[in-house]
Amino acid sequence: MSHIGVDRWVEESGDRQEQFSGWTAPARRMFDKLRPGWRLALLLIVLSIYPLLVSQGGVRIGITVLLLAMLALGLNVVVGWAGLLDLGYVAFYGFGAYLYAMVSSNQLPMHWPTWVSIPVIVAATALLGALLSLPSRRLVGDYLAIMTLFFAQVFVEIVRNYSRLPGVSTDITGGPNGITGVDSWTIFGFQFSTFNHNFYLLVVLLALLIVGLHNIDDSRTGRAWRALREDTLAAEHMTTPVNRLKMLAFAVGAAIAGLTGTIFAAVQVGVFPNNFLLVFLITVYAALILGGIGSIPGAIVGAIAVAFTPEILRNPGAAGWLFYIGLLAMLWTVFKQRARLVAVLAGVVAFGVLLRLGALAIWGESILGTPNDTFTGRLLDGWLLIIGEQQDIVANYAFILTVVGVLGVIVTKGWWKVAVFVPTIYLAMFVWENKLALQPSVTRQLLFGGVLMVMMAVRPQGLLGTRRVEIT
Amino acid sequence: MTTPILEITSLSKTFGGLQVVRDLDIIVGTGEIVSVIGPNGAGKTTLFNLISGIYRPDEGNIVLDGESIMGSSPEQISNLGVARTFQTLRVFLNMTVRENVMAATYGSTKTRMWQSALRTPAARREDAEVRSIAEEKLAFFGDRLMGYRWDQPAYSLSYANRRRLEIARAMATNPRLLMLDEPAAGMNPVETNEITELIGRLREEAGYSILVIEHDMHVVEGISDRVIALDHGVKIAEGSFEDVAEDPLVIEAYLGYGAASTK
Repeated sequence: MSHIGVDRWVEESGDRQEQFSGWTAPARRMFDKLRPGWRLALLLIVLSIYPLLVSQGGVRIGITVLLLAMLALGLNVVVGWAGLLDLGYVAFYGFGAYLYAMVSSNQLPMHWPTWVSIPVIVAATALLGALLSLPSRRLVGDYLAIMTLFFAQVFVEIVRNYSRLPGVSTDITGGPNGITGVDSWTIFGFQFSTFNHNFYLLVVLLALLIVGLHNIDDSRTGRAWRALREDTLAAEHMTTPVNRLKMLAFAVGAAIAGLTGTIFAAVQVGVFPNNFLLVFLITVYAALILGGIGSIPGAIVGAIAVAFTPEILRNPGAAGWLFYIGLLAMLWTVFKQRARLVAVLAGVVAFGVLLRLGALAIWGESILGTPNDTFTGRLLDGWLLIIGEQQDIVANYAFILTVVGVLGVIVTKGWWKVAVFVPTIYLAMFVWENKLALQPSVTRQLLFGGVLMVMMAVRPQGLLGTRRVEIT
Repeated sequence: MTTPILEITSLSKTFGGLQVVRDLDIIVGTGEIVSVIGPNGAGKTTLFNLISGIYRPDEGNIVLDGESIMGSSPEQISNLGVARTFQTLRVFLNMTVRENVMAATYGSTKTRMWQSALRTPAARREDAEVRSIAEEKLAFFGDRLMGYRWDQPAYSLSYANRRRLEIARAMATNPRLLMLDEPAAGMNPVETNEITELIGRLREEAGYSILVIEHDMHVVEGISDRVIALDHGVKIAEGSFEDVAEDPLVIEAYLGYGAASTK
């Protein structure tokens, strides 16, 4: 047959579309060329140097990143490879953490040596995972998600109210107060007592996990998982024992989560029911989805992004940058006709000047407060009004007006849209500088959510994920 | 006739009040190619689903090479040597072409997960074996599924190539009986000829007994040792292609009551 020439062009069209574009292209192309072994080496070098460069607080954040990375890798086995929507995952993390805390503190009181407690706990969590996989024999998709979600909720409730259960005499979970005074890991007499110790412990475990999972991905088991994700019925017809593989995926994911939980308990020197709420489950999912579901490097990059971004946003200056860049990017995408974009920007400047003049004419200089001590705050000083008295209340009204403006923007078209956009943008900036920038603890979450939304809109397959095709 | 590879006796299946397969007897001899034809809704795919274990028959018996496979799961039946393709293509879209075929060797391989994780010599050896099996099966299709395509995701394949990939995947399960559900559907005349030739080669070179559902009568004529016509779940004719094609009941089933007399 001589169709090959033509066919090859057609076959490769997908790859051509996948070609990296944009300003991150060189970095991504380089990453793509690196062999997996070198990628891991690079990651390990960066991680090893990291604690030397930062304060203790920085190492603590690093531990959070590594814990999240391990959890994302475990979740990837269940969700990314086997395609089972497991919303009970955080319960395995909690189960491991609580078991470790119980056998390594004065709660029971027991102080098992690490080399005994860790294998026992990992095996127990894997067993629990296998048990929770039983419904997945029948349920898939949304139904499995609801079932497992219920399990996660039950776990937290039991832990929180254990002593109130009928027939319980000793409170082994500590109720809402949790368990405190948990021992560190001790291996061959070495106690992992400091943040640095635990950081490096996590680096080693993460490296082992990456190598193991990478090998499994390209093996009989990995292929069978992906086959059952793609088409369970077809996989079953191709000699795959799907129920056993579902159970295995759940067990492996749970074991990884349980192991991670033990280190979490040791680092925190305690466990509390609130550590294992659904919010945290969503964080793990966010890391996995952001990085690219089904991809090992993706899970790690996603964990870094998800754990670090809120920390960076604690700094009001950085948050401000993000806010204004986001605002400009939004305008850039809304106004494809650049003339209108210029009109909006010019309009906002003029609107600001007029508003300021008007406000000063009516109320005088006394209305002015002190501008925010951030770069953007100083930059806008003398143009954007910063209210001195009753700043909070005024900003609240401005916020309501902003929402009205946004609604107006949605329903208008053409030059009307430009006209509505001008005060809306100004109001948004006004609210930012007068209220939101002063409360970074709240705004960083909002901004972080915004970042995630934009990321997923721009690259739905995640940073390092591959696009999945569902249609036949 | 040689000893039968598949022997179905008085098979029946109802869905609610609808009798989809009624009192069906089918025999497929070893090394035989049998085609099943019939209008839409005749129960052909249901027959496949009953044999491959998706549905459990209400009555009757299915015997594979002297051994009853009634009540076995699709996984067990595939391990016993029955492989199939699907009318609505069911390739693993987001896996590479080679992986699609490799995945079908799960039942015939033994590597445990921990062995894979540690890359033990045994695991590596078996992986290399599976790889070469997959490439051998794909090579059966000549240029069509060759070389550079092996590492491409299955979704990048054309419709006809997906059909070929499904056959390659079924071959990798090491079957004795191969069941093809409309292998020529959606193919152009050139590809249809290729498929006809291919099915013959599957018997001659790979040595499978083959049960085919097919609507394209040129294909049916080209490949069949024997043709079975179904209508409303009942066998209405059986025999050589010529006999079945001339059968008044078959013509009626396709063209309507009275069509045979006005032909």
